[in-house]
Amino acid sequence: MNVHAAARQWPAEGLTRVPYWIYSDHHLYDEEMARIFRGRTWHFLCLEAELPKPNTFRTSHLGDMPVVVTRDKDGAVHAFENRCAHRGSLLCLKERGEAKEIVCCYHNWTYDLKGNLAGIAFRRGIAGKGGMAPDAKPESHAPRKLKVEVLAGLVFGAMDEDSPPLEAYLGSEIVARIRRVMRAPVKVLGGYSQMLPSNWKLYMENVKDSYHASLLHTFFTTFRLNRLSQYGGLVVSEAGGNHISFSMAADVAGKEYEQAGLRAAQEGYTLEAPELLESVDEFGDGIGLQILSVFPGFVLQQIRNSLAVRRIIPQGIDKTELVWTVFGFTTDDESMTELRLRQANLIGPSGFISMEDGAATGFVQRGVRGARDEVSVVEMGGSGTASEESRVSEAAVRGFWKSYRQYMGF
Amino acid sequence: MDIEQQLRVQDLNARYVEAIDDDRLEAWPDFFVEDGRYRVTTAENVAQNLPLSMMYATSRAMLRDRVKALRQANVYEAQRYRHIIGAPRIAVGEGGMVGARTPFAVVRIMHTGEMMIFATGCYEDRVALGGEPRFAEKTVILDSRAVDTLLAIPL
Repeated sequence: MNVHAAARQWPAEGLTRVPYWIYSDHHLYDEEMARIFRGRTWHFLCLEAELPKPNTFRTSHLGDMPVVVTRDKDGAVHAFENRCAHRGSLLCLKERGEAKEIVCCYHNWTYDLKGNLAGIAFRRGIAGKGGMAPDAKPESHAPRKLKVEVLAGLVFGAMDEDSPPLEAYLGSEIVARIRRVMRAPVKVLGGYSQMLPSNWKLYMENVKDSYHASLLHTFFTTFRLNRLSQYGGLVVSEAGGNHISFSMAADVAGKEYEQAGLRAAQEGYTLEAPELLESVDEFGDGIGLQILSVFPGFVLQQIRNSLAVRRIIPQGIDKTELVWTVFGFTTDDESMTELRLRQANLIGPSGFISMEDGAATGFVQRGVRGARDEVSVVEMGGSGTASEESRVSEAAVRGFWKSYRQYMGF
Repeated sequence: MDIEQQLRVQDLNARYVEAIDDDRLEAWPDFFVEDGRYRVTTAENVAQNLPLSMMYATSRAMLRDRVKALRQANVYEAQRYRHIIGAPRIAVGEGGMVGARTPFAVVRIMHTGEMMIFATGCYEDRVALGGEPRFAEKTVILDSRAVDTLLAIPL
């Protein structure tokens, strides 16, 4: 830890307080990239379906580090830094494509799809002149390779060789809930990015905050897609950083929100075209909503039949790219695909539900300017990080900070 | 080239963006036929032949629902748009329809005074010209895959 970070003390109250300097301290950012993102953590890189056949690639990120994900000629998935061994240029400039080898455009150094340096232009010079010395070892500067594991169609990568096996990192409950959603081979429906005007941690807190969902998002509450009074639960992994929040689709018709006079519940608000909310119980368990997150930056979303993976790319202390990839399954018929496309109105930057998240995290980023030494209060559901039935809880938010502090040494 | 067709489509688009920029969103659905289709997607999705949209409506009723949500349900900071549209390029259509492709740029003006080029792209329209011209289909294809913060007001 450098001197600057050491000078920062976590509030004595522990996980129920989050100091605001955590969102604005420029020195922290680089440390987070090194200690957390390039540390012993796993990162969702892409869907396996985005590498549809041998000799394909997809660019992605691990934190703010650019990486290339490939499927080689034998079908195996690899990931490595998107950085040439020579002068550090990006190797892959396109988001996706087919390739038997990867050639750096700068000086034509060539790599196989495992990330091995395979060829150097004019290595021996021309006509005996120029080129590299016979004992030069440029291979030793090759792009670093990631550990890669594929779980139920999701490709994860880790930078640190000592990262635990993926399933151990996730925990058995998270693995089971990932498999629940990823029930068939994936068909990608499309994607987009949302540029969030906030620190990456504010978005991940937002995702883990089961308390906010039905209070900020009127649409959720009014149409009973998710209310804290609906049966559901909150699962927080042992280490704290991974979570699941879920609720049953069944409408219990409670009037708690209306009685409390909450803005989010609007009586008499109806849709002229209710087909927007038509859905089927495709998982056969009655769960209408499951939000799952993996520390530090992955989200798997099921809102009725709207399925998506989201990953964050931190872009500095107060800017975060949120990459959405929306999918269905190859087994979907035309009407099922149409259902998912219609429900996609709920999500993304224009989502009836999720548009607010893009703004809310920015409200905090702006609100805490000038309040570096103040703290936020995270006391809903007590002070612990245990799983519980009630979602009127910030246990998963505290779980995030539990993991965060462990990696950062606070 | 049929100048009258060109002018009618141009006028429709001009009135359409003016309604949005003047915050007359309640008038927005009426620029479409009853079962008109509206969607917002990205050039990247189109190039990959992927069907996902950010906004997707298949009737005026669904457009009215979106306006109602923006007015009553969704939370976003006060902001407005200024659309700058180019000349439509008209393609021959059938059944009283013409196809039109119109480039646009949108500047977003926040209540704080902050302005940015929020979106550029192209309208790919099918316009019903019998009687009052209306959109049978309007596909907004964004040049960029990324949207700043949120896309609440339609484009």
